Amino acid sequence: MASITLNHLVKKYGDGFPAVNDISIDIADGEFIILVGPSGCGKSTLLRMIVGLEDITDGDLLIDGQRVNDKAPRDRNLAMVFQNYALYPHLTVYENIAFPLRLAKGKHSEEQVNKLVTDAAATLELTDHLQRKPANLSGGQRQRVAMGRAIVRQADAFLFDEPLSNLDAKLRGQMRSEISQMQRRLGVTSVYVTHDQTEAMTLGDRVAVLKKGELQQIASPRELYEQPRNLFVAGFIGSPSMNFLPATLEGTTLKTAIGDLEIPEEKARTAAGKKVVLVGVRPEFFEDAKLVEDSKRPHGSTFAATLTHTEWLGNEQYGYITFDPAPEMRELLNSLAREMDADELRPQVVVTLDASSRIRGGRESELWVDTRKLHLFDAESGENLTRDAEAGAALTREAAEERAEEIATAQRADGRSESGSANGSDGAVRDSATVDAGRTGGATAAGGKHSAG
Amino acid sequence: MTNNTTRHKVLWAIITVLVMIYALFPVASILATSFKTPSDLTSGKFLPSSGTATTSNYEQILVGDAQGLFLSALRNSVGIALIATFVAVVLATLCAYAIARLDFPGKKVILTTALAVSIFPVISIVTPLFNLWRTIGLYDTWLGLIIPYLSLTLPISIWTLAAFFRQIPWELEQAAQVDGATTWQAFRKAIIPLAAPGVFTTAIIAFFIAWNDFVYGISLTSTEAARPVPAALAFFTGASQFESPTGAISAAAIIVTIPVVLLVLLFQRQIVSGLTSGAVKG
Repeated sequence: MASITLNHLVKKYGDGFPAVNDISIDIADGEFIILVGPSGCGKSTLLRMIVGLEDITDGDLLIDGQRVNDKAPRDRNLAMVFQNYALYPHLTVYENIAFPLRLAKGKHSEEQVNKLVTDAAATLELTDHLQRKPANLSGGQRQRVAMGRAIVRQADAFLFDEPLSNLDAKLRGQMRSEISQMQRRLGVTSVYVTHDQTEAMTLGDRVAVLKKGELQQIASPRELYEQPRNLFVAGFIGSPSMNFLPATLEGTTLKTAIGDLEIPEEKARTAAGKKVVLVGVRPEFFEDAKLVEDSKRPHGSTFAATLTHTEWLGNEQYGYITFDPAPEMRELLNSLAREMDADELRPQVVVTLDASSRIRGGRESELWVDTRKLHLFDAESGENLTRDAEAGAALTREAAEERAEEIATAQRADGRSESGSANGSDGAVRDSATVDAGRTGGATAAGGKHSAG
Repeated sequence: MTNNTTRHKVLWAIITVLVMIYALFPVASILATSFKTPSDLTSGKFLPSSGTATTSNYEQILVGDAQGLFLSALRNSVGIALIATFVAVVLATLCAYAIARLDFPGKKVILTTALAVSIFPVISIVTPLFNLWRTIGLYDTWLGLIIPYLSLTLPISIWTLAAFFRQIPWELEQAAQVDGATTWQAFRKAIIPLAAPGVFTTAIIAFFIAWNDFVYGISLTSTEAARPVPAALAFFTGASQFESPTGAISAAAIIVTIPVVLLVLLFQRQIVSGLTSGAVKG
C-alpha cells in the first residue's frame, strides 16, 4: 500500500518533443486512478515512468514520500499488468505466478511460495490451470495469469497498461468487474491506462484526462461528466459525445443554427462580453417536447427542428439533426475538430429521445432542451465558462467517501472469510461463500453509484 | 488454404522424393564408393561389384596406414570447430542482444562491418594471415584456426541471433524487471530460454561453417598438430603412387558427415520454432 505523487513530471524524447508535459497528480493510498486520452496523449508513457521503464526527464516521482526517480523498476515494488500479458511462455502458469517470488531469493520458503501462488490462483480461478503453459490458455485466462503475477507479491501499487484491450467485448466487461472488485478487496493503489471510456468511467475513483502530454482535468467520473473544465474533456467523456453548437449570445438568448435557446441568467452572465460561444449540450439534455412533464418544462427551452433520421434502440432512441453553420462558424468547428483529433466535425446534433417518442426523420417536430445543464465554452480557449468548480469538487469528495466505504466493506467481507477458513475443515466451502457474498455486495455498491449518476 | 485432397498429397510426395533424390544422391554415391576396392573404383557402377564390397577403406583410415593422418585430423576438427562455435555463439548472443535491444551510437557500423567481414573473400585474407601467424607464432596451432573461424562464424551468428531477439517481445523483459529482476536476471531467465531455439540453430550453422572450412585449414597448418579433416583428406595417398586414394577419401568423408547428421538429429526438437507462442497476444 502506498501513495504515489507525481510532481511536475516531464518526459522529453531525443527530439525535444514532450510526450508528457508537466503533470502533477497526487494518488492517495488505495485509490484507483485512470489515465485516459486519445492515442498519443502520453498516458502509457506516464505509466511507464511511474513503474520505471522510462526515464523521467524532469520533475519528481514520490512513492510514499520517497523520491524514486533514480530507482530501477525492481526497487520500486510496483506490479504491472501489460497490454499483451507478457507471460513467460516457457514456464507453467504456476511458475509464471511464482516468478516474482523466486526472484526475491531467500525471502520465501518453498511452502510460502506454494501457499501464495495457490491463494492467488484461487482468487483468480486459475487453480485447474496451474500446470498448463500459457500457450494453451484462452485470452481471459492469460490475462488472469498476468494479474496473478501482480497480486502474488504484495506490491505497493498495481499499474495496468490497457489490460483489457486484447479481449473480446463480453470478456472485457467480465474482467472489468473482476479488476474492480479485486482492487477494492485488496485496497491497493492502482493506476490504470485505457482509451476505453466505459473502463474509465466505471473503474476509476478519479479519472485523469490527458491530451498531447498535458493533463486536462483530473476528477471523479461524475465531475468530469457534469462539470468538465474545457471543450476537450467535455467532448471526450460521454458517448454519444457532447454536441457543440456555435452560438451568439443576445441577452439571455442563444442564437444557434438549430434555433434560439433561452438560457438561465446566471449562465448568460458568465459569457457576457463574448461575441461567439460554443454551446455544449449532451444528447440526453434533449427530449421530445410532447413527453416533457409540465413541472420540468420551465427549466428548459423548446424549439422546432427537423430530424434527418432516428435510431430506435429499445430503451431510448437517437435522433440526428444536421445544421448548416455560417462560414465563420464552420471554421471554428473545423479547428475544434482538429483539437479533438477528429478529421472533421460534422455539423450534426445527436439527441437522445424517449423510446416512446413518435418523432421521426423528415418531419418538423418540437424538441425541448434542459438549459440548466448545458455548458458554454469560450470559442478561443475552449475553457468552460459555466463550470461550477464548487459543485464539481463536491462530486469528487462524494466519490472519495464512497470509495472509503467500499474498501471498508470489501475488507470486512474478507476478514470474515479469513476467520471462517481458519475455523475448521469446512473453511474452504465457507470461504468461497463469503467471497460470493462480497461479490454481490460489490456489484450492488457499483449499481448504487450508477443510479446516483 | 490447407487443401488436403489426395491430389495435393500425391503432388507433395512427388516433390519431396525429387528433392530427396537430388540432395541425397551424392551422399549415397560416396557411401557406395567407400565400400569399393581400389580395382572396383572405375567399374562405372553405382554399387560395389557383387562380392567385392569391403570395409578396408575404413580400416585403413581408422586403424591402418592413414590412421595417424586421419584420427589426429578428426580430433583437430572436432576440437577447433567446437571451440570456435562456442565462442562465436556466446559472443554473438551478447552482441545480438545489444543490437536488438539497445540504441547506441555505432550500431549500424557494427552490423555493416559484420556483414562486410562475412562477404570478404577468404582467399584474399589467407596470405597476409599466413605471414602474420608465422611471425607471431600462431601458425599451425588450434588458436591460429579458431580466430579466423570466428571471423567466419561471428557475423552470420550475430545476424541470425539479432533477428531472433527482435522477435522476442520486449515486454517480457520489462515484466521481469518490474517483477524484481536485474537486467542480467531478466536476460537469463526470460530471454535466454526463449532464444534457445535460435541459439541452437545459430550454433549448428556456426559449427558447419567451421567444420567445412578448407582454405584456412590447408593454408594455416603444416602438421598433424592442427590440421583439420578437410585439409587432411588432401594428403591421403593410395597404397602405391599408381593407386588413387578415392576409397579412403570416401570413407573419411562419410565419417566426417556423421557428426553433422547426429547434430541435426539431436537438436531437431530445439530447432523447431514457435516456442514463443503464448507469450503475448497475436
